[in-house]
Amino acid sequence: MFDVAIIGAGVVGGMVARELTRYGLDVVLLEKESDVAMGATRANSGIVHAGFDAKEGTLKARMNLRGSEMMEEVCRELGVKYRRNGSIVVGFDGEDEKTLRQLLARGEKNGVKGLRLLTGDEARAIEVNLGEGVSCALHAPTGAIVCPYELCMAAVGNAMDNGAELKLEFNVCKIDYTDGVYTVKSSDGEQVEARYVINSAGIFSDDIARMIGDTSFSIRARRGEYILLDRACEGLVDHTVFRCPTAMGKGVLVSPTVDGNILIGPTAEDIDDKNDRKTTTRGMANVRKLAAEQVRGIDFSKTITSFTGLRSTGSTGDFIIASPRDNFINLGGIESPGLTSAPAIAEYVREMLADMGADLSLRDDFDPNRRPLHYFKELSEDEKNEMIAKNPEYAHVICRCERVSEGEILEAIRTNPRPISVDGVKRRTRATMGRCQGGFCTPYIVELLAAEMNIPYEKVTKSGGKSYINLSKTKEGI
Amino acid sequence: MMNYMDVKIVIIGGGPAGMAAAISAYESGVKDVLILEREEALGGILRQCIHNGFGLHTFGEELTGPEYAYRYEKRVKELRIPYMLNTTVVELTSDREVVAMNSERGIFHIRAGAVVLAMGCRERPKGALGIAGNRPAGIYTAGTAQKFVNMKGYMPGKEVVILGSGDIGLIMARRMTLEGAHVKAVCEIMPYSGGLARNIEQCLNDYSIPLRLSHTVVEIHGKDRVTGVTVAAVDESRRVIPGTEEYIECDTLLLSCGLIPENELTAGAGIEMDRVTGGAVVDAGRETSVEGIFACGNVLHVHDLVDFVSDEAREAGASASRYVNGGSDSDREIKIKVDGKIRYTVPHIIRKAEDTTVYFRVSGVFENKRIVVRYGDEEILSKKRIKMAPGEMESVKIGADALKNIDGGVLEFSVE
Repeated sequence: MFDVAIIGAGVVGGMVARELTRYGLDVVLLEKESDVAMGATRANSGIVHAGFDAKEGTLKARMNLRGSEMMEEVCRELGVKYRRNGSIVVGFDGEDEKTLRQLLARGEKNGVKGLRLLTGDEARAIEVNLGEGVSCALHAPTGAIVCPYELCMAAVGNAMDNGAELKLEFNVCKIDYTDGVYTVKSSDGEQVEARYVINSAGIFSDDIARMIGDTSFSIRARRGEYILLDRACEGLVDHTVFRCPTAMGKGVLVSPTVDGNILIGPTAEDIDDKNDRKTTTRGMANVRKLAAEQVRGIDFSKTITSFTGLRSTGSTGDFIIASPRDNFINLGGIESPGLTSAPAIAEYVREMLADMGADLSLRDDFDPNRRPLHYFKELSEDEKNEMIAKNPEYAHVICRCERVSEGEILEAIRTNPRPISVDGVKRRTRATMGRCQGGFCTPYIVELLAAEMNIPYEKVTKSGGKSYINLSKTKEGI
Repeated sequence: MMNYMDVKIVIIGGGPAGMAAAISAYESGVKDVLILEREEALGGILRQCIHNGFGLHTFGEELTGPEYAYRYEKRVKELRIPYMLNTTVVELTSDREVVAMNSERGIFHIRAGAVVLAMGCRERPKGALGIAGNRPAGIYTAGTAQKFVNMKGYMPGKEVVILGSGDIGLIMARRMTLEGAHVKAVCEIMPYSGGLARNIEQCLNDYSIPLRLSHTVVEIHGKDRVTGVTVAAVDESRRVIPGTEEYIECDTLLLSCGLIPENELTAGAGIEMDRVTGGAVVDAGRETSVEGIFACGNVLHVHDLVDFVSDEAREAGASASRYVNGGSDSDREIKIKVDGKIRYTVPHIIRKAEDTTVYFRVSGVFENKRIVVRYGDEEILSKKRIKMAPGEMESVKIGADALKNIDGGVLEFSVE
């Protein structure tokens, strides 16, 4: 019997798990996919928003501002890369300038510091590659960037290091409530019991809510297509360059990532199939066209990959953070600024649980720190050599493009939350994420995973389930 | 405590280019040569090329890739040229400091008298192609599939579609077929193949595998594993012709869509690059714009036959040896300009005192044309060619006597 079952191990579920573990609760995270951070967390813009977008007085505005304040410290504890690079929203005409003035006023009401309106030339003075058509801009110096899935993995890993449990491939299909105890059942017949349930199932949070008879909200999946450029493009922009927002969201952005790539996107298109993560020729063409208006000199021949993320757009327009039944909390509609808000939402959930009578007390043995998987890269040469003397595999490079060693890959495979697939290793170490996209190193990573997991070579998957990389041994089909 | 060593000639890469350069440098008189190889054995990509057809020009016989590599490896060992395996070079500076790492020495620095770049090339990945659809398992470059099949003993797929008709893709069409897979089609977006004519014959036609020119893959289907691809015909400007889309059921998509010289170290040393080849700009001795740094093989420009890689590497090794022995290359200033029908030449700059073979590739299929080399209005050379195609590397030899009245300036190469 657990104190709390959290359904969905995205960045929100992960941050909640960490916060509740810190307060002495016995937590289990239930995730239907083969890894954490597989929903909206995996594929979004990775922006810590300054907080001028959300309408004043909404949960989005409140959580955004608080989350933005907390994020730097959270990232420091968790060893997650964070960079306060500032955001610039660019406009192209008088209509846009009106919107920017509204954003400025709203941001000031929300308490965002340092906002200022710029002319096109002033904006180009601080961000040289802005498009020639840019006539006005809003500068938000408190905007920042993080890697969203790294933040999620670190939060879940830290919660696990402090005692939380993670169950992967646990696809919740039924929730019963009897005598103050929830029984959460998976489609494989597994079940867990808990006093409290937190529904942080992202685009599926309305489906989970329906399992306890709550039909108060619904979620639509909003498709966003992205293009990622090689690190050779580093320096194209320093700030995150947004377009003026529309009803469909914050529009296409051009941003550096904490790892030195350039991220461009997303499109915004409401779709019916919550499992549809296709990229489309039309969507990618649209991203390229819009981005080229915002920023000059984007070299799309340096594209290393494109991908689609699904944002979870709630029916109320605001975050849905509420308790529809005893001891059950919905965290629905956590679209942008959901990543920014995640630490604040975790705090808010903890307060809600306290109001529900949960037994919360700050643990003195809780370790908030986590050694990041990228720490080896940041060591000095002497420190690296010391480490290599003890663990020679740190000098054996497996992924040449991102320069990831066997030692770092083995460490990732052995660190909470443990990856069980090549993509899992990729998201933790960046191996296969470079310009050759795993062409050279995939066969070696498969070998390391097979050995560490003690499974046959041909059973290693790309991303869990039946995504086998090899289908058989040679000679078997002859 | 930094870990330093001094070496006269450092060769980065122990594939066919690196080994031939090392042997040539040694035989030209410099005995202090060191090869740095990132993989666990010498041989480079030839280790996984177990088909035959290598070495016709060099040895007059058809060898497999490992056999061809072994002839060089054997010579390296006979000469006792030192090499380090599992060793990755992480940085190269313009004053020829090489930073490398391996498990025995950790991170170490080499002050090199000369450096020969021989890092080879990589395949263009799926992401760079921007194909729409999902990202399931079952999409590999042809070279990755070759590694799985030939080096690891596993089958990455059974029902296969290949996009791109580069040589590795053609070779893998045959290889997968021989291992019991069913290769349903090879799609090539261009109206001509990117590979050698002999590979079309021996790898596709001999096995009745259809080559569909002016076709591309427009969408990939499948969630966990590929379940099919949509292919479509394209027009002359490579735009998809609506209505020609066709679904092909398959579990695997192999990509053979071009090779990219692996020049991250080169760029880091501030060496001038040729945007067309993706490699360094070099003179006839394969010296780059940075003094004492040479380049050869597929890191310089993608070759069609390994025999030419070996030739080029011998040249680079000998030049590096001349360089560390204080020989200076005089009059480097005759530059080569191309007309677009000729995409590039290697070398880019030649010396007048020697006979020089200039390698190049053309940008389309040309029949019954002449290759003309001019200096101003003067025709220096004119050679007739019955057929030229982008998949085959061409060359012309320019004799020293043809250049004797030339002093600097530009040679213009054109197809007429």
